Amino acid sequence: MSKIREAFENKKAFVGFLTAGDPSLEKTEEYIMEMERAGASIIEIGIPFSDPIAEGPVIQDANVRALSALGGCNTDMVFAMVERVRAKVSVPLVFLTYLNPVFRYGYEAFCKRCKEVGIDGLIIPDMPYEERGELESVAEAYGVDLITLIAPTSRERIQMLAKNAKGYIYLVSSMGVTGVRSEITTDIAEMVEQIRAVSDTPIAVGFGISTPEQARMYSETADGVIVGSAIVKLIAAHGMDAGKPVYEYVKSMVDAI
Amino acid sequence: MEKGRYGKHGGQYIPETLMNEIIKLEEAYEFYKKDPEFNAELDKLLAEYAGRPSLLYYAEKMTKDLGGAKIYFKREDLNHTGSHKINNVLGQVLMAKKMGKTRVIAETGAGQHGVATATAAALLGLECEIFMGKEDTIRQALNVYRMELLGAKVHAVESGTMTLKDAVNECMREWTKRVDDTHYVLGSVMGPHPFPMIVRDFQSVISREARAQILEKEGKLPDVVMACVGGGSNAMGMFYEFIPDESVQLIGCEAAGLGIDTEKHAATIAKGTEGIFHGMQSYFCQDKYGQIAPVYSISAGLDYPGIGPEHANLHDTGRAQYVPVTDEEAVQAFEYIAKTEGIIAAIESSHAVAHLMKIAPTMNKNQIVICCLSGRGDKDVAAIARYRGVNLYE
Repeated sequence: MSKIREAFENKKAFVGFLTAGDPSLEKTEEYIMEMERAGASIIEIGIPFSDPIAEGPVIQDANVRALSALGGCNTDMVFAMVERVRAKVSVPLVFLTYLNPVFRYGYEAFCKRCKEVGIDGLIIPDMPYEERGELESVAEAYGVDLITLIAPTSRERIQMLAKNAKGYIYLVSSMGVTGVRSEITTDIAEMVEQIRAVSDTPIAVGFGISTPEQARMYSETADGVIVGSAIVKLIAAHGMDAGKPVYEYVKSMVDAI
Repeated sequence: MEKGRYGKHGGQYIPETLMNEIIKLEEAYEFYKKDPEFNAELDKLLAEYAGRPSLLYYAEKMTKDLGGAKIYFKREDLNHTGSHKINNVLGQVLMAKKMGKTRVIAETGAGQHGVATATAAALLGLECEIFMGKEDTIRQALNVYRMELLGAKVHAVESGTMTLKDAVNECMREWTKRVDDTHYVLGSVMGPHPFPMIVRDFQSVISREARAQILEKEGKLPDVVMACVGGGSNAMGMFYEFIPDESVQLIGCEAAGLGIDTEKHAATIAKGTEGIFHGMQSYFCQDKYGQIAPVYSISAGLDYPGIGPEHANLHDTGRAQYVPVTDEEAVQAFEYIAKTEGIIAAIESSHAVAHLMKIAPTMNKNQIVICCLSGRGDKDVAAIARYRGVNLYE
């Protein structure tokens, strides 16, 4: 069983996201540790990209801050940061980035480095099932779970997508891009049911979740919740001093599920 | 996996949220492409609304002045709305309407594609929203007002470099928000499959006409066919029917801005590397880590860091050549063709004219060049004046 799958054993999972290098790589390291201490089951680390087409304004801005930070932030620097923090945390770590940075690094080199530094999974929002091809086999060879995303529009594709899903299934709660939403209109329960009919891979719901109430509600139906923009917003507001607010927020979410 | 591939380029790199829609779009296109009723309606629109066929004009004065090959211009600038963009837009908006869509969205750089989309949406009765980089809304303020006159809502995009690539990003985001009633009218031969194919097919009317026209006028094929290239839609349209004619040399002219040895250019083939972005595998201006570069050109329509996947493959196979043309060369060509032929050509098209001015004198008098004048240059007059130090406000 992969480390990611273990994170869902006998409990609901809280998956927290933050953008690497926002406001600095040293702070990313610290905030990852705070999130683990607060009880996060999995942490997603965004490798910043110049053109994050699946992100709303909050995470777009975090990408800009990371890439324009003093000293910069590139893929090699993110790997080095993960290597340092991996020595201090045991929580599964997952990269979220766009395909181009992975393609440019080289699928082989990227996945090899993931394994070396202790990355457990990889999420690529602009790579649909049909284009997984080469990267899927390379990731598998290095024991990196390539995470499957399922959207409200997936409908009859769900069976195909869910069947061989690794790690966890990222169930996209809403149409559009990432960001805090007051209301989620998709019938999550129905989608979860369709997925469960063909797969026993854990399901985590993301996009738009920010409150403990939402977290409680969706973790009752699914196996976990993913929260990104709400955490990134805290980091944007508190900058270098976001350790405590991030800890407290994640703790409140973990306690709710 | 092999869907929509041109050699290794192309593909469908988009979020899962859009996959079903893009599959539906491909099915709809395959149906309408062969539907006699759709084709009759589109042909009628192209003939009676857009003003096709466009002229193939023999530029006698330029031919004499440059003293080499015989020069013809394919006059897409004379189409309704002033550029080749209308060819694709009428096809896509008509198809969107038949698919039951009530709203269209589009990105625009120079504003030509936005104006064309707003025009087609007004004519066919669809709601229209245009995304345009804030930088471009300033460079092309007149076109913004033009789109608004046509009933479109224009969003000034403030993310990233605030130019064409960011307008595409925002369109993709908007499309994932509202896909059921909305069609994204992509303006170039780029993006995920089936867009590069759809746009190329709708634009190939340019070369279908030009090929027949030159055979009629000259009784033989041209030696060179050329066009400017940003995303590459007028070039793909101009090249397409000539691709099987191996004797015809195909040349795409990309924007070299201040020069390809500076950081201020948009010369994707000259300076770009392989990448995967905006739904496609192709060549992109980017850094070592795959961050997309902030490109530059005096021409808002060529100010894009990528190139359509079919062009990337034409480059790989050597079937077409791509050459860089600087701002200064393009502006000189803009002025030259105005004075010599009485044609104010778009600054985009002037990039092709500039290269034409270099090669025509090196060719002999029996040879023929067809250059695509993709758009008219009224929109550029104020910017060219500023470039020349004349304070002219629209």
